[in-house]
Amino acid sequence: MFDTLSLASLPPADEAIRPAIRALAATAASAADTDERARSWQGYDPAFSRRLGEAGFLGLTLPKRYGGHERGPFARFVVVEELLGLGAPVAAHWIADRQSAPLILNFGNEAQRQSYLPRIARGEIFFCIGMSEPGSGSDLASVRTRADRTETGWRVNGQKIWTSGAPHCDYMIALLRTSGGPDDRHAGLSQLIIDLKVPGVTIRPIRDLAGDEHFAEVFFEDVDLPADALIGEEGEGWKQVTAELAFERSGPERIYSSVVLLDAWIAHLRGVGRDDAATRALVGDATARLGVLRAMSIACTARLAAGESPVTEASLVKDLGTAFEQQLPVLIGDDLASHPDEAVAADLYRALLYVTHVAPSFSLRGGTREILRGIIARGMGLR
Amino acid sequence: MNEFLEPFERMLEALSPPATVRAIEAGGSAAALWDGIAESGFLDALVPEDCGGAGLPLSEIGPLWQALGRHAVPLPVGETMLARTLLAAAPAAPAAPAGPIALAVADPGTAIVVPFGGVAHHVLLESGSQLYLVEADGEPTGVPGSLAARMRWDAPGGVSVGAAPPGGLRAVAAILRAALIAGAADRLTTMTAAYANERVQFGKPIGKQQALQQQMAVMAEDMVACRIAAQLGCAGGLPPSLAAAATAKSITSTAAPRLAATAHAIHGAIGISAEYDLQLYTRRLHEWRLADGSETYWNRLLGAARLGDARGSVDYVREMLA
Repeated sequence: MFDTLSLASLPPADEAIRPAIRALAATAASAADTDERARSWQGYDPAFSRRLGEAGFLGLTLPKRYGGHERGPFARFVVVEELLGLGAPVAAHWIADRQSAPLILNFGNEAQRQSYLPRIARGEIFFCIGMSEPGSGSDLASVRTRADRTETGWRVNGQKIWTSGAPHCDYMIALLRTSGGPDDRHAGLSQLIIDLKVPGVTIRPIRDLAGDEHFAEVFFEDVDLPADALIGEEGEGWKQVTAELAFERSGPERIYSSVVLLDAWIAHLRGVGRDDAATRALVGDATARLGVLRAMSIACTARLAAGESPVTEASLVKDLGTAFEQQLPVLIGDDLASHPDEAVAADLYRALLYVTHVAPSFSLRGGTREILRGIIARGMGLR
Repeated sequence: MNEFLEPFERMLEALSPPATVRAIEAGGSAAALWDGIAESGFLDALVPEDCGGAGLPLSEIGPLWQALGRHAVPLPVGETMLARTLLAAAPAAPAAPAGPIALAVADPGTAIVVPFGGVAHHVLLESGSQLYLVEADGEPTGVPGSLAARMRWDAPGGVSVGAAPPGGLRAVAAILRAALIAGAADRLTTMTAAYANERVQFGKPIGKQQALQQQMAVMAEDMVACRIAAQLGCAGGLPPSLAAAATAKSITSTAAPRLAATAHAIHGAIGISAEYDLQLYTRRLHEWRLADGSETYWNRLLGAARLGDARGSVDYVREMLA
């Protein structure tokens, strides 16, 4: 069962880019405190994203004629692994590079590709994805925000919520209802590219429990869009979104959200010289799990590299990976606090609490645990 | 796809059906099964070509070991493949005996449980960093259906084979055990999914219940993690690195009780019954978890190595598991 998920290795040509991306990531991360680096996903640094673009680390999988570098998913794996491993700030370009660019390449027309892809690869424009609505979370097919045909294009009315990055982004790729009603479920949904600077768009940041404002509510009030805002086929939005989710769910980001904390904890243990059997067992357990999850993520990347859309496999890796990411702050917190006489550095303590507080989001973003497990169960033939 | 896997799996299907597994577990003769496997030539699949074997890399042997687990083969086939390879590689070693060989690591005077010790003819024993080939002489564990045996050597005796492989025989055995667990996990997951689609309660197959689907999804995750962990264990060849052996056995041993628990939970009472095949695999999962070091045994060793290494965690797993 799931025989396609099998050990794979990163090709030497892709490994070869590691030193360069590591050096660049270090310029943004090496001077930062642990808790700042632990925010990697949420770290918004457009200048760093542009430097990544200039150095050729964005749009890696895009064709050269669109400003890309014609590398495979493995090259992107190496780049993401280095950025997250060091805790570099990736929020600005994250969605555009991971999802929007492949989506536009796969489903966009030539004019759309030429318009957006080179700018994404240069790190000049940033995207967010408009999926959730106040009444549509995991039940994504129930979206109500509409795009209606006009003489010149589309008119959008409605609201998105929990849109990561919206306050800083240039464009949203939104899943909208273009025909029928919520009862039609998957039918009648389309994806549109919305320029967030046009009249009628209001973005209201939502402060999170860690004090950050990375997600937002986005309101659309008679927002007029040109005809070419439609990406892909009208009514095919659900199919397109599903394909996109394989990109969203399979990457190394689904195992590394707590890795800065893990490394800081191990550095602490080395610093205080604690090496007893119980500590060794904890460290060994985390190391073994990280090693296997990384191999699983590479196995999933190999399916992407083979041209497949490994939706089930990606769900499987993401669910297991996020469980690991969530358990790390729990076990590290217990470990540190069960040794109350050890001095814990201020930034390690802040990083521990930051990761502890945001950890619930790990299994919400990109599809909840329950949704993913439903996908896996269907992949097992249960329905 | 491994070209040897399909014929190997076909052979096991023919030679080691559940009825045969049960008969041997009940004390019946394993001679016919052993002869069939020995005649296939697979026992020397890992032995180097210049020593008369097929010289397959360990990464290609791993899938065969998983197949042994998938079929609950009631003989130390993987152990014998390893023992024959180690014997062939040792200059002063005796020729490999014809019968099944179990693996054991024991200090003098300490009684240990040897997997498949009850059906092995010989044991390749590591004692004091030296290997010895000794005749299998043990007592039943008293666990119903178990093929393991309790053994104790006051002095190693037997025939001296030479130095133990770097990292020890236990690390070698651990990756075999990880592969066996991965294979049994695959069979259990398939069986359990099929049962969930067949068993009707409340007017529909229980596999339609979301609560059950969520458990099955976790089972699939554990199963795939076991497979990848076993593959990682085998990827670097013999002898395995500490990181490879520890990762393989830690992950599979941690998952084994969860896999067995879910399989039983979904099957209900029939899964506990002797006549139903589920127990052939779940009993093995528990036994193999305990063999060659449990998850905490290997986690301690891996953790000690990790704490002594200044690299970041990503670099550590990337460079140590290759």
